[in-house]
Amino acid sequence: MLKQIEGSHAVAEAVALCRPEVICAYPISPQTHIVEALGELVKSGELARCEFINVESEFAAMSVAIGAAAAGARAYTATASQGLLYMAEAVFNASGLGLPIVMTVANRAIGAPINIWNDHTDAMSQRDCGWIQLFAETNQEALDLHIQAFRLGEELSLPVMVCMDGFILTHAYERVDVPTQAQVDAWLPAFEPRQVLDPAEPVSIGAMVGPEAFMEVRYLAHVRQMRALELIPAWAEEFRGAFGRETGGLLHTYRTEDADTVVVALGSVLGTIKDTVDEMRRAGVKIGVLGITCFRPWPQAAVRAALARARRVVVIEKSLAVGLGGIVSTNVRTCFTGSPDAVHAVIAGLGGRSITRASLARVFAAAIGGKLEPLTFLDLDRALVERALAREREQRRSGPIAEGLLRDLGVVAARPG
Amino acid sequence: MFQVRIHGRGGQGVVTAAEMLSIAAFLEGRHAQAFPSFGSERTGAPVVAFCRIDDREIRLREPVLEPDALIIQDPTLLHQVDVFGGLARDGYVLINTSRSFEALGLGEFARTLRAERLCTVPATELALKHVGRPLPNAALLGGFAAVTGRISLDSVAAAIREKFGGAVAAGNVAAASAAYAFVRDEMRAPSHA
Repeated sequence: MLKQIEGSHAVAEAVALCRPEVICAYPISPQTHIVEALGELVKSGELARCEFINVESEFAAMSVAIGAAAAGARAYTATASQGLLYMAEAVFNASGLGLPIVMTVANRAIGAPINIWNDHTDAMSQRDCGWIQLFAETNQEALDLHIQAFRLGEELSLPVMVCMDGFILTHAYERVDVPTQAQVDAWLPAFEPRQVLDPAEPVSIGAMVGPEAFMEVRYLAHVRQMRALELIPAWAEEFRGAFGRETGGLLHTYRTEDADTVVVALGSVLGTIKDTVDEMRRAGVKIGVLGITCFRPWPQAAVRAALARARRVVVIEKSLAVGLGGIVSTNVRTCFTGSPDAVHAVIAGLGGRSITRASLARVFAAAIGGKLEPLTFLDLDRALVERALAREREQRRSGPIAEGLLRDLGVVAARPG
Repeated sequence: MFQVRIHGRGGQGVVTAAEMLSIAAFLEGRHAQAFPSFGSERTGAPVVAFCRIDDREIRLREPVLEPDALIIQDPTLLHQVDVFGGLARDGYVLINTSRSFEALGLGEFARTLRAERLCTVPATELALKHVGRPLPNAALLGGFAAVTGRISLDSVAAAIREKFGGAVAAGNVAAASAAYAFVRDEMRAPSHA
């Protein structure tokens, strides 16, 4: 059924249709609307046979999800930003134990300085934690990915993180097609756990493992993630047959057939990139887009195939590996047969900085003209940076950086844009 | 694509206005995207929300930089925030006020735009009368329907009813209808255009 609703509510409806049995949550912007809506569905009885647990922290949220999944319940939680960091130890435990929890991460920057706006630093900080990581381009895809995530995680006995851009998607009202309960029931089988805490057949979960088998446990987790590379595209195809939509999968290409330049990105910025690429195509530029839906496991072969024809690659990424540069671009370089310098990392949109068509068009043109450095920062305020650097040169006690920049800008509080 | 930017202050229902506008467009079979500017959510602080309406899927996620229409919920923002930034020359402007563009100090600026697309409506007064609270957002959507003709008053009313229930919905629908009538009268007045 077509609905014009907030992204958070679309995800809440999708999760409810998956019949979770335990939802544990601790509020943090911008994911709060998701669990609020689920809480209402549980309270009203619309989502039956589900326990909604208000926990005291994100660490507790993941710990309760681990306990619930170990007891054989379909478990869900959601978080963002500092909340994800606060639960990090338990996040690793969930994947290490092989428990299929589904978690929405409403992507948000990480402090300090504290910032509530969108970027991908939170999800990227956990990229090697053993969870499958899927990134939604639209609210429709966010909705669909949650349905796919439960099936995928439960089949592989692995937790799945569905990442959606905080505010940009979570707080956007747009058209979504919400499937029926019957459709979801037909596509998503009941949870058949590989391991379960059952008093009738007692087992222990969470043994200490020494050097004799620790590497093997890790290796098996890797094998399971690699299996996801086969299941994800196969099930996306199956999903298309059942629901009539092409969502999910490892990646999506757009106008790449004859493209010399391919722009790579994750998440909602792909829409703005596609509009920019359409404009450049009208001017005769051979440029296309590669949207990566599945970031972990990393779809090495699929990315390599998608970039096979490209002469240059521009990666627009919403996170910065301080001291290295781009994270996504570092992954992309392993799939590119040309010069590593032909893969350009463009750090963009940190802490909610708007990513506009005008700025993207400039950076794509620079790349095509051979004038783009391997690492650049989209719309970086050079003058502001220079003032801060000058202050540091001129005085030892140059003071706190963030406060200094805000003073230079003449703002007393953070502002959008 | 038709792009709308709504300026107001925290607590005036700016974000809800953009959401209701998107619902109204959706009910008419259009694609619509509404989103806030994600500022700090403090009562009284300047707030911006956006709505795009199109006949095909909307992929663009940048803020509305070149609006086709502006709704200004609080006239005290006029000389404080660059509310007119990027406005198309043939753009629509609807301001919540009982004063004229001239009296607001916008006479000269207004003469650079198409006069028949500039309107004012005392939306806060209409809201106080019909809703009992100074929340001008729904009334302004009624005014927006009248001045732009981009959306019907019926769709605005249906969107209000989707967001609110009972007496609140009824009051806001009445305020929107009153604003619609007010703007239609204003557009017919000989002094206009």
